[in-house]
Amino acid sequence: MNKLVSRSLVAVFVLLALACSARRDGGAQAKASEHPGRPSSGAADVEELTLCWAAWDPANALAELSKDFTASTGIRMKFEFVPWTSFADRFLNELNSKGQLCDLMIGDSQWIGGAAENGHYVKLNDFFAANGISMDDFMPATVVGYSQWPKNTPNYWALPAMGDAIGWTYRKDWFERPEIQAEFKKTHGRELAPPRTYTELKQVAEFFQGRVIDGKKVYGVFLYTERGSEGITMGVTNVLYNWGFDYQDPGKPYKMDGIVNSPDAVAGLEFYKALYDCCTAPGQTNAYMQEGLDAFKSGQVAMQMNFFAFFPGLYKDPDVGGAKIGFFANPGEKRSFTQLGGQGISVVAYSKKRDAALEYIKWFAQPQVQKKWWTLGGYSCHKAVLGDPGFAASAPFAGPFLASMQMVKDFWAEPSYAQLMLAMQKRVHDYVVAGKGTAKEALDALVADWTKVFADDGKI
Amino acid sequence: MKRLRGLSDRAIAWLFVTPTMLLLLAINIFPLAWTVRLSFTNYRANRPNAPVRDVGLHNYSSVLTDPDVWQAMQVTAHFLFWTLLLQTLLGFTLAYLLDRKFRGHGFWTTVILVPMMLSPAVVGNFWTFLYQPQTGLWNYAAEYLTGVPASSFSMIGSVKLAPWAIIIVDTWMWTPYVMLICLAGLRSIPDHIYEAAEVDRASRWRQFCTITLPMALPFIMLAVLFRAIENFKMFDMVNLLTDGGPGSTTELASITLKREAFEKWRTGYSSAFAIILFVTVFGLANIYVKALNRVKSR
Amino acid sequence: MSRPSLEAHSVVAPSRRSKSIAAVIVVAYALVSVIPLVWILLTAFKSAPDSIAYPPKIAFHPSLDGFCNLFHAHSRQPAEYIDAMPPARSVCDRLARERHMVISGPSNFAPRFLNSVIISFGSTVLSLLLGVTAAYAFSRFRVPGKNDLLFFILSTRMMPPIAVAIPIYLMYRELGLTDTRLGMILLYTAVNVSLAVWLLKGFIDEIPREYEEAALVDGYTRLQAFRKVVLPQAATGIVATAIFCLIFSWNEYAFAVLLTSGDAQTAPPFIPIIIGEGGQDWPAVAAGTTLFLVPILAFTLLLRRNLLRGITFGAVRK
Repeated sequence: MNKLVSRSLVAVFVLLALACSARRDGGAQAKASEHPGRPSSGAADVEELTLCWAAWDPANALAELSKDFTASTGIRMKFEFVPWTSFADRFLNELNSKGQLCDLMIGDSQWIGGAAENGHYVKLNDFFAANGISMDDFMPATVVGYSQWPKNTPNYWALPAMGDAIGWTYRKDWFERPEIQAEFKKTHGRELAPPRTYTELKQVAEFFQGRVIDGKKVYGVFLYTERGSEGITMGVTNVLYNWGFDYQDPGKPYKMDGIVNSPDAVAGLEFYKALYDCCTAPGQTNAYMQEGLDAFKSGQVAMQMNFFAFFPGLYKDPDVGGAKIGFFANPGEKRSFTQLGGQGISVVAYSKKRDAALEYIKWFAQPQVQKKWWTLGGYSCHKAVLGDPGFAASAPFAGPFLASMQMVKDFWAEPSYAQLMLAMQKRVHDYVVAGKGTAKEALDALVADWTKVFADDGKI
Repeated sequence: MKRLRGLSDRAIAWLFVTPTMLLLLAINIFPLAWTVRLSFTNYRANRPNAPVRDVGLHNYSSVLTDPDVWQAMQVTAHFLFWTLLLQTLLGFTLAYLLDRKFRGHGFWTTVILVPMMLSPAVVGNFWTFLYQPQTGLWNYAAEYLTGVPASSFSMIGSVKLAPWAIIIVDTWMWTPYVMLICLAGLRSIPDHIYEAAEVDRASRWRQFCTITLPMALPFIMLAVLFRAIENFKMFDMVNLLTDGGPGSTTELASITLKREAFEKWRTGYSSAFAIILFVTVFGLANIYVKALNRVKSR
Repeated sequence: MSRPSLEAHSVVAPSRRSKSIAAVIVVAYALVSVIPLVWILLTAFKSAPDSIAYPPKIAFHPSLDGFCNLFHAHSRQPAEYIDAMPPARSVCDRLARERHMVISGPSNFAPRFLNSVIISFGSTVLSLLLGVTAAYAFSRFRVPGKNDLLFFILSTRMMPPIAVAIPIYLMYRELGLTDTRLGMILLYTAVNVSLAVWLLKGFIDEIPREYEEAALVDGYTRLQAFRKVVLPQAATGIVATAIFCLIFSWNEYAFAVLLTSGDAQTAPPFIPIIIGEGGQDWPAVAAGTTLFLVPILAFTLLLRRNLLRGITFGAVRK
């Protein structure tokens, strides 16, 4: 037993020594974050930068693209990609705990307010001015959506990196079958075509719901219903906007009663639930982007809502891509809007490699890099790419993408955006998926929730 | 205390107790006191530079009047009741049967123990796979056994079934734990009491009711106490299985707390909620332990 | 109260019939409860399409896809690029290229697994060290406020981990301990030590004082008596406590996910977010789950007798 005790003591000391040596220099970190003016290492001596983003196709494309950066500057790029379902949790936690894991962060567009006001991101105005990067070179909607805080003021906290919005894919090969076309015309008296309004979309969805195609039962649509992070909100807003929903009175900031829960908005929410109830596949109660891709690729649904970011990958898919897939922009109804996605790339204020990180931003902003970004599968926001006359023809989803970016609308980007988002997630999911209460009750409760958040924040 | 060669007893007592106390003070007590302090403010951890105000009991009254909090407590109570009931019944039954000591009972005990050793988070995640209506084993088995078509119901997507989904997984994981404790209890009953009862020609059933059950009762109660405390705090498994959904039908108190504290960053508010939860568990456990002690001393 | 006899039965000498009935029921339950585990094991060896096939496949071509995806990161490349590369060197290389992917480096699983090992074993050893010494003191000496201290120690386990995590998060942020292994070891030790003290006190209470008294009379110091007499006797209890502490630290998720992100992240937060080409990569998740279970299973199986003793002493002490 003597030996046991002494061996255990040795083991403890060894483990603690291992733990301590593996630990980053805790003391220095704490001090560094309190002195933002302290100079970080010059770009010349930095060997590696870490870029944090979500784990999806565009991220892999960016990893590929960044090889050019390494080739020209010798700085290696390390990537930290986290799945979307834990993306916000993980990286907001990282920013709030002043972590130094990330030098560059491609954060969600809604984080801008919080990041700006809490000092997580480096303000880029001076850097842009010193390096000849002009925000006029980027599409205005993306500048407002991904870089500015406060909105519509020339204060930039990110470079628009990935333009994105909600769009739709559909099984063009099914739509083109003569027997299906004939039957549709008989039932509805018009040609079967990609819907231009939501009423048309529901008709098409009902038409395909439960139909047997190639021996398998298929369903009408795939809708976002994810509860945990932002899924169902990103889905429902596409319908709500087009019924007349808005976040606040345009003339009176933070006045929401009568706007958020207007009769039109209530009708829109009821429509989303009706669409969910009638025309989706079973078991899709917590579905977001990946589930949509699965459902569409496995031939389960006729139409799928998803972010444009995925469309290049779907187009290349051996089972449902190529001639079998078609794309259309979010259908209108009384209005025409689509939910904005996309992100900007920012420099994390706590990083010790600020200069090197800024080098990356400078490299990324170049038109030729932006053009290559588009060819690899990323959605550039640069006018040199989007304004090119050949752009709309360069891919079947490019046209709908351009059209969508002209009609984007975004969720709140306030510092308290997380609370606002979670409130909407809960109210909408409770009504649409769990069937609790009525649409009016859900939206009324949402107004109450949001009012409380803004009151706590001192904005009302 | 006699002073012997080497350190005195007193010195040793202090030497042995102090490090533990210091660690607990630093990582349990100080944070607890800090939580209490925070619960009286409007501090938000994601805005460390904002001015912090003292708000008195406002957070506490917010928590106690919040319908979402009450819903979470209801969901937690439902979860606690059914898991405790099922695990106690199953666990005790298994222990009783294992105590028959049939051939190979040691091996089968070990087999039953395995679910307990998995990480609850990983279990929750994997059971989403098993519960999937289109490709999961559970629905397929249900169709095979009962003829109900597999894609017609979804355990974790349905408002009615989701609470049962989490109860089933928890029972699967922790029945072995209750079984072990009951087994220890059953084995602690000395033979001679049974032999005396046999001499008195008491029937098996009577022996069970007057000897087995009462003497095993302290152990059963202990198992219930431990499991109740654990399930009250339950977070990992349910978070990964249903994330509180659909809607909020499986949103346990811990999940609500996590949302408030680490997603909405309402630190002051969630500290008040945490204190309320702690006081509840502490109070209930206190009462329960007193009852347990009374049963033990009988 | 007598020591739990390993010979006692609940009814003396059960009949053969009752033994058989008991056996049938228990074996049936055991088999049913082990099905999900078997399914996990099978899924670990399936290819991705097989794992989401419907109806679920029980017979399939085994593939190492899951393990390969668990340990490597992949990137999709066009066919020309792949053709231009040197021939595949390993099984995983070959499997990847069949799907137009190329191995681009190791995944994060091995470092996470290592973190789990270091943090769990570190905190277990530390808990035992602190626990056995404190338990000895509580058992043998008159420590002021002993009973209150003991209940207080137990009550530290009653807070939901999320609640504890709030102030710990703030504290660690100030001290720079977030995402460090030392921070996690300290935290897990603090949580485990309460259980360790409680259990070990029970075991040490059982050891008659006469043994130490005899040693003291023989000229040993108190410390030597502790090391040479008490510890060996308490060995089984220490092992039982070690199992509990290890299982808790190994499987812990809430603290790990809130307080770590990269350097010190353990396996439980990592495994559920392994994403493949579309949705979760179930074979890789299953492979990770299986590998993660193996050490704990081995440890517990080797020491299962001590497990029973450990649980007993929670109940037997007065």
